[in-house]
Formats: sequence, structure tokens, C-alpha cells
Amino acid sequence: MDANPNDNGDGFGQAPGLYVHVPFCATKCPYCAFASCTRIESAPAFRDAVLAEAARYRNRFSPFDTLYFGGGTPGFVDPAILGDIVHKLRNILAFKPDCEATIEVNPADVTADRAAAWHDMGFCRASLGAQAFDDDALRFLGRRHDASGVSEALLRLRHAGFVDIGIDLIYGLPGQTREAWRSTLRRALDAGPTHLSCYALSVEPRTPLARAVRRREAELPGESAVAALFLDTSRFLAKAGFIHYEVSNYALLDRYRSRHNVKYWRSVPTLGLGPSAHSFDGTRRWWNVRSLEAYLRRSQARISPVAASERLTDEMRRLETLAMGFRTREGVSLDVLRDGPAAEAALSRLVADGRLKIQRNRAVPTTTGFLVADSLARTFA
Amino acid sequence: MPERRNFSIIAHIDHGKSTLADRLIQHSGIIADRNFRDQILDGLDLERERGITIKSQSINLPFTSRDGREFELNLIDTPGHVDFTYEVSRALASCEGVLLLVDATQGVQAQTLANLYLAMEHDLEIIPVINKIDLPSADIDMARAQIERDLGLDGENALLVSGKTGAGVEELLEAIVERIPPPKGENTDPLQALIFDAHYDPFRGAVASVRLFSGEIKAGDLMRPMAVGKAYKVEEVGVFRIIREPRPILRAGDVGYIIAGIKSVADTRVGDTITMDNNPAPKAMHGFRESKPVVFSSLYPVASDDYENLADSLERYKLNDASLVYTKDSSAALGQGFRCGFLGLLHLEIVQERLEREFDQSLILTAPSVIYRFTMEDGRTLEVDNPAHYPDPAAIRRGEEPYIRASILTPDRYMGSIMKLCLERRGVNSEIAYPSPGRMDIQFDLPLAEVIFDFYDRLKSITQGYGSFDYELLEYREGDLVKLDILVNGEKVDALSMVVHKDRARARALNACERLKDEIPRQQYKVAIQGAIGGNIIARETISAFRKDVTAKCYGGDISRKRKLLEKQKAGKKRMKMVGDIEIPQSAFIAVLKTSDDE
Ligand SMILES: Nc1nc2c(ncn2[C@@H]2O[C@H](COP(=O)(O)OP(=O)(O)OP(=O)(O)O)[C@@H](O)[C@H]2O)c(=O)[nH]1
Ligand code: SF4
Ligand SMILES: [Mg+2]
Repeated sequence: MDANPNDNGDGFGQAPGLYVHVPFCATKCPYCAFASCTRIESAPAFRDAVLAEAARYRNRFSPFDTLYFGGGTPGFVDPAILGDIVHKLRNILAFKPDCEATIEVNPADVTADRAAAWHDMGFCRASLGAQAFDDDALRFLGRRHDASGVSEALLRLRHAGFVDIGIDLIYGLPGQTREAWRSTLRRALDAGPTHLSCYALSVEPRTPLARAVRRREAELPGESAVAALFLDTSRFLAKAGFIHYEVSNYALLDRYRSRHNVKYWRSVPTLGLGPSAHSFDGTRRWWNVRSLEAYLRRSQARISPVAASERLTDEMRRLETLAMGFRTREGVSLDVLRDGPAAEAALSRLVADGRLKIQRNRAVPTTTGFLVADSLARTFA
Repeated sequence: MPERRNFSIIAHIDHGKSTLADRLIQHSGIIADRNFRDQILDGLDLERERGITIKSQSINLPFTSRDGREFELNLIDTPGHVDFTYEVSRALASCEGVLLLVDATQGVQAQTLANLYLAMEHDLEIIPVINKIDLPSADIDMARAQIERDLGLDGENALLVSGKTGAGVEELLEAIVERIPPPKGENTDPLQALIFDAHYDPFRGAVASVRLFSGEIKAGDLMRPMAVGKAYKVEEVGVFRIIREPRPILRAGDVGYIIAGIKSVADTRVGDTITMDNNPAPKAMHGFRESKPVVFSSLYPVASDDYENLADSLERYKLNDASLVYTKDSSAALGQGFRCGFLGLLHLEIVQERLEREFDQSLILTAPSVIYRFTMEDGRTLEVDNPAHYPDPAAIRRGEEPYIRASILTPDRYMGSIMKLCLERRGVNSEIAYPSPGRMDIQFDLPLAEVIFDFYDRLKSITQGYGSFDYELLEYREGDLVKLDILVNGEKVDALSMVVHKDRARARALNACERLKDEIPRQQYKVAIQGAIGGNIIARETISAFRKDVTAKCYGGDISRKRKLLEKQKAGKKRMKMVGDIEIPQSAFIAVLKTSDDE
């Protein structure tokens, strides 16, 4: 394969990543639009189906250097079943020795035993779905844990041997003040994470949250309030030593960035297993059926779970580079921007306005550039 | 051989021409009842949607009179709306007589008279016909009296018909063959076939509608349009019977069509005379007067690379609508386009819609303009129909603009709002009449320029559709005329400039700025929209920059989705016009032509 134009020589190489979508949750959060369900009794069938799917890709990808169990809530699944999947995947597919293995867990599922089991399976990175550190916010988000549960979960993960721990947080909740959000950030920092994901709450269609907003039962802060929180977060975490390397992601050091997620943003191949998972082999993208039932049904009938696929043209790849590139501090190579007077005028305007910087022949978004990343992509589409 | 009679049906709008034509067609039996539909000659979608005739349409009907004589009648149904008078005058050139319809409930109206004069100019036999006699409110005596008094025709002998029920149609047909003279002209003389209409058939090329004044023509002949000087071999001749019906030959006095595989649209000109290549007529027939446009606007393709395509479409469209005039135009904001002249606002609307529907064009129209007249300090007079040619204001001694006399028929409850509308549009000399209880006729002198700017739509919305509007042109009157420019981030958008009266400039500027603010999407930076006269800013709006335009999460599954969205937006950008580095959507150019509802 050609050298990836986005590779900036940071050791996050071109090896493909493996994603496993574990579609089980204890309860469904009101804002969530991910493919997940509460029918945990299907876990064994799911295991068999994922392994069968993995077998379809034997020898089709070079050795993976990331493994990412996401969902859903992988940590909610019986560790024995989970361990079985991880163990057998290692026999079906090839992994590099320094493989980064991440598991997403919810604080409520982090018992001492489970934490130890996950570590034993080979996971070295835990992504903790804390979302907030105050009880009002957690109730609004419909989470199973409370604020003290988050801190305890972190401790247990550390005891089990996890060093690389990321915390997911959500801001922009109804009535949330800058102070309330800052105190959440402070408590998260106190726990000593290596990685932070801070997402602005977004209202996804057909979720209970969307209905509540429509009925005016929940009133979310306006665009400028959310923008202010975004900028404040970036500044606050920068002072704490965190690198704002993607719109919603912060790492304590470059090496603590999510190597797996960086593959998505750089269009490095990834294989996705499980319902709704997306894959990319460098030329084609394909994605699986979304619901667990359909996924299992296909597996039992020995039919591929792929719902559709597409071959990327050069222009499609260019658009993807724009859509992803302006979301990261790596930015977009100037060669990828359209030339012509309009693009040039827009570029110098954006530089003058402090949305973009030109660095090493790349257009790199600033923090205020991150705020309008989608429109940056549109400008040069 | 059957005898010939060629005639048109003319009348004021809605007096029932097309409906009466239906009855005449049905009487001839050329179309099976199950294939019939109302106003069958109104074949364009637009005509059917709006319930009005836009194009004249000819049809050939067989008829046997009571005394057993065989006839072929060539009937031409014409439009009644004042904007399409040109269609009527061309139709009349191929006739020996007309049926002048008068709606028994409405009596003689403006276009009844105008069309009567046209018929007299052509020296045609005029048969007055009182229509809609089936209606309870029909007042036949009033209609007769008006025909006598206002038209100077014989009211007593006017025929009574109902296009709806068919009453009186037999009598009418007998009268047509009795009173309208047969066409003159010898088959043995050199061919003179006047092209009075045409259209483009993608398979056959130009199809010319002709009236033969002398000679004969058949397939295989080598014919020559006299203005072209190039010969074409005739492929087919025939008559219109809704569809084209080929005939072995057309003879002197016939109305029909000629197809000669002419792909070059310029070689079929309405008004030209077709003759034989080897035996040409000594001279061409009288062509048609140039139509005189009163409303002007520039047309631009939405995507600039569609210019050639638009040029082609206009040429073909013009074949079927000789009253459209156009020349090349260009704009810094919109690229290459055409300056077009229209016979009125309805005409403008129809041309736009037909180009979009029949030729699949996506168009941007600039603000319609009238012809302004400027007398300069050095005594010269300038006629300006395009804001781009507005002269140096320091050198203008006097400006003038055309006025109209507007007549608005409305239920009386809307009087207040209509008065307000007309007064703010600089209306003067108002007069109010009460033609019948509960209804009013409000008359005003109005500058035409005010009427072509969103007047009719406003009137419709004020009167909930019950108000009707009619006008005639008056003379030019003096006015303080200035050029209003619209600036986006300091750059003049030439396509949005307009000439306006000084008193109305600020209202128009505010409206335009507000409209643009609603239509131009937010960008990464602030956008200032200004209205200016010379260097004076008289209106201003600001579009704030995005505060935030980014989705929170973006992982594996979102990449295709995000890219697809970007693909769509990129396609949408083709329809955007760049002014500096600001994207202005097509809709913005259209929106500035309308006022907001709370004006
Ligand atoms: N009751 C009644 N209604 C009629 C008669 N003739 C026409 N109409 C109605 O009058 C309206 C106008 O009829 P058209 O035949 O379209 O009138 P037109 O003169 O062709 O109109 P333009 O082509 O737009 O000038 C329609 O709603 C017809 O149904 C009639 O004899 N009696
Ligand atoms: S735990 Fe995560 S995946 Fe499950 S419902 Fe909540 S937000 Fe969605
Ligand atoms: Mg009609």
C-alpha cells in the first residue's frame, strides 16, 4: 500500500485496526443512538457470530496493531464470554506484538474481579464511560452509576494494572454552568487519566432525548453557550497539560492518543466485526447490518452480515480527507484543498481569522477552527 | 374538394374561447369522446394548471353544412391575456374572419376592444358572439347594447351560444361558412406560405405552422424560406388535428404544417415566407411587427457551465414564442447570461417556467426593470432597461418612467389594504367604482416599475386570491430615479442592482438586505450586507459567523455518512454564486424579488 499522506511519522503506522462492536447495555441511555440492546442472554450467540465473521477475513488484512472493543458496553458482558472472544480472535486473525487493546467499560460494571479479568485478557487501555461527576447530570443522562462510583471504578482499574485510562465526559447539559462543568473536569483530572474525551451533548433523532426536547421537557444550551464551553474546555485542559488532538479528544502525551481512533481520522484500514460495524480496506468501505437480530440470523444462515459496500473514487477519498482532517491537529495537506481563486481567498481569509494555520504545507485548524470543522470541510469540498 | 374557411376565436381573457373551441371540435367528431378533455387545445401543462391560453393553437375541422356542402375549417384559438396579444396578431394573419366572443355576464372588456381593432387592421370578417348564455346572470341585452355602442358592430345579429352546453353551436357553424369569405389565391401561382408559428421537434427538427396564400407544396418539393436563401427538401406536410396529420399536399388557402428536416433554428423564422426553390414568388408576404417588450430581466444559468445549453434552449424556445427578445449579457456575480425583454410580467413568468420545464433549465432571474428615460445635461436622451447602464447621476437632468392605469376588481372588504398597497407603490389619481354590490373597481395611476416588483403576488395575498388586476400603459412621467446597489462584504453584487425611485430606495434596500440575510447561509466569518446609493449606505444587515459547526463524534461508521453529506453539499455549491469568498445561493437572487409578508 502507498504511504499514507496523513502519516506524520509519529509511530502511529499503517497497520490496520480491529474493532469489535459489542451491542449490549444494561439499560438504554436516553440520548444514545448507538446500535445496542439489553438482551444480554444473546451474548453466547453473539460470540459465535463474531468469531464466524472474523473467519471470513482470515488472511485478508495484514497484522493488526490495535484491537478495540466498543459498543454498547463490552464491560457489561460476562468476562468468560469476552475472554473467549479475545482469545479465539488471536487464533483467527494476526496481531502485531505491540498491539494497543482498548475496552470500553461503564463505571457500574467495574468490579475488582472484572477489572483483573479484562487486564488478563490482554486489554491495556480502558475507556471509562463516566460522562459526568455530578449526580444531577448523571441522572439526566440516565446512567447507572453515581459520582462516587466513577472514582471507585478508576481505583479498581488501577489496582488491576491499567495505566492507560481514558475518561469520557459529556457537556452542554440543560442548565449546566461553566463552573459545574469545570468541577466535573477537575474531578476527572484528579483521577489521573491519560486520555479525555469531551463530547458536546447532541440530540440524535429518534431518541428519548429528542422527544423530550421536542416537547420542551429538556432545554439544551444554545449554540454560543456550547461554543463557549468548548473553548473553555480546551483552555482548561491545555493548562492541565493535555493536548487537544481532535475536536473532542485530549491526550496527556502524544503517545496516549487513541491509536485506534487515529486510524479512522487518517483513513488507515480497519476491520469492524459485529452488528453495525464499518470496515475499510484501503479501497472499499463496507458495513454490517445494524440490528443484533439480523446479524445473528445471517450468521446462523451462514450469510455474510455485510449490508452494503462502496468503492472509493479519488474524489470520495479527497472529501473524506477533508471531513476528517479538519477535525484533527494534523489538518489537511494543502494539495488536497481545491485550487483556484475562490479556495485561495477562503484560505487566506480563514488564516487571517485565526481558524487555520499553515504548517509544513498543511492547513491546520486552530481551536476556534475545530469549532467550525464541518464548514471548513465544506469550504474546500 | 371541400371548401375552406379560416378563422380565429378572439376575446377578452376567460370569456370562453377555448371552451367554445371544444364544442366546435366535438361537433366535427374528429376526436372520440373518451379521448376528450376540457380546453383540449390548451396543451401546455402551464396552460392547464393556470386555466388560461398562452399559445395560439390551430386545428383543422371537417364540417358539412345543412345544405350538404363539405368544408374544412381551420380554427385558431387565441389567448385573451394582454401579454399575449402578439400571439393573436400572428394568428389573424392566416385568417379571413374572427369570432369575437363577449361573455354575457361581463360584457365588453379592454381586450375585447383591443382584439377587435387587431381584426379590423387585418380587414377580417367579424362575427360577434355572445357566450355563456346558460348562466343565470347572463345579460344578453346588455351584451347586445355594448356590442352596438362600444364596438360599433351589429348587436342584433350577434349569435347566442354557450360553450358549456353547446347551445347555439350549430347556428354558429352555419354562420361561419355563410359569413366568412373563402380564402383567395391560386394553386397555380408561385408558392407563398407564411410562417405564423413554429416549434421544435427533437426528432424532426423545426415544424413550421403555415398559411398558404398561393401555390401548393408537397413532400419531396425543394422549398426555400425567403429570408434564408437556402433550400430544403420537404419531408412532410399536413394539418393539425391535436396531433399532426400528414396530407399528400397543401394548397392555396390551407393552414397546416411543413417539416423539412431543418435543425438550425435560425432557418425557421416566424414571419418569413416559404416559397419554391425553382419557382420562387416575386416577394415575401408581409412579416410581423417586432414585438415591443416592456419588462426586462436578465437570465443566468444556475451553474455557469450551463451557458451554452441555455443559449441553445433560448433559441429553440424563441421558435415557439417569437415575442421574446434577448441579447447577451454578463455579470461579475453570475457570469454569462441573457438580457431578455418581455411583453409583460405574466409573459416573463411563463418564459421562465417553460424554459425550466420544457428545456430543463435552472435559472436565476435578475430584478425586472422597465425602460427608464433619462435626459442628460447635454440634451441627449438615454433609454435604460438595465441597471448596469444607469448613467452618471451628476449628468442627469431629468429621469422619466412609464406609468400604467391599473384597475383592480375586488370584494369591497379589502379596500383598505389595497389602497395602502397602491399608495406606498406611489399610486396617484385613484378612482373607485362599484360595478355591483359588494364589489369595487379601484383604479390608480401607478409607475410600471412598482407593479413589476412583487405587486401582483402582494395583491393576491392581500385579497386572498379574490382580487383581479388589469392594466393599460400610460405615458412616461418624471421621477427622481436612483440606482440602488447591494454590497456583500463590501463587494457590489451587480446582478442585484436596480433603478428605483428615490422615495422607495430605502424600503427596497432594507427589504433586499433582510431577504439576503435570510437566504445566505452563515459562514465562518461575519458577512455584512449593505444597500447603497452611490457611496451612501442606506441599509445594513449582518450575518453573524458560525459559533459552532462541528459534530461531536466521528468514528468508523460516520465516515461514509459524513462524506455523503459533503458530496451533497458540494453538489449544492454548484448552485451557489461566489461573491468574493462568500457563497450566495440561487434562492437569494430570487428572494430579493419578493417583499416579506409584513411589508
Ligand atoms: N357557464 C359557462 N361557463 C363557461 C362557458 N364558456 C367558458 N366557461 C368557463 O369560463 C372559464 C374560462 O373559459 P376558457 O374557455 O378557458 O376561456 P378563454 O377565453 O379560453 O380564456 P383565455 O384563453 O385564458 O383567454 C372556464 O371556467 C370555463 O369553464 C359557458 O358558455 N358557460
Ligand atoms: S451505555 Fe453507551 S452504548 Fe449503551 S446505551 Fe448508554 S450510551 Fe448507548
Ligand atoms: Mg383559452
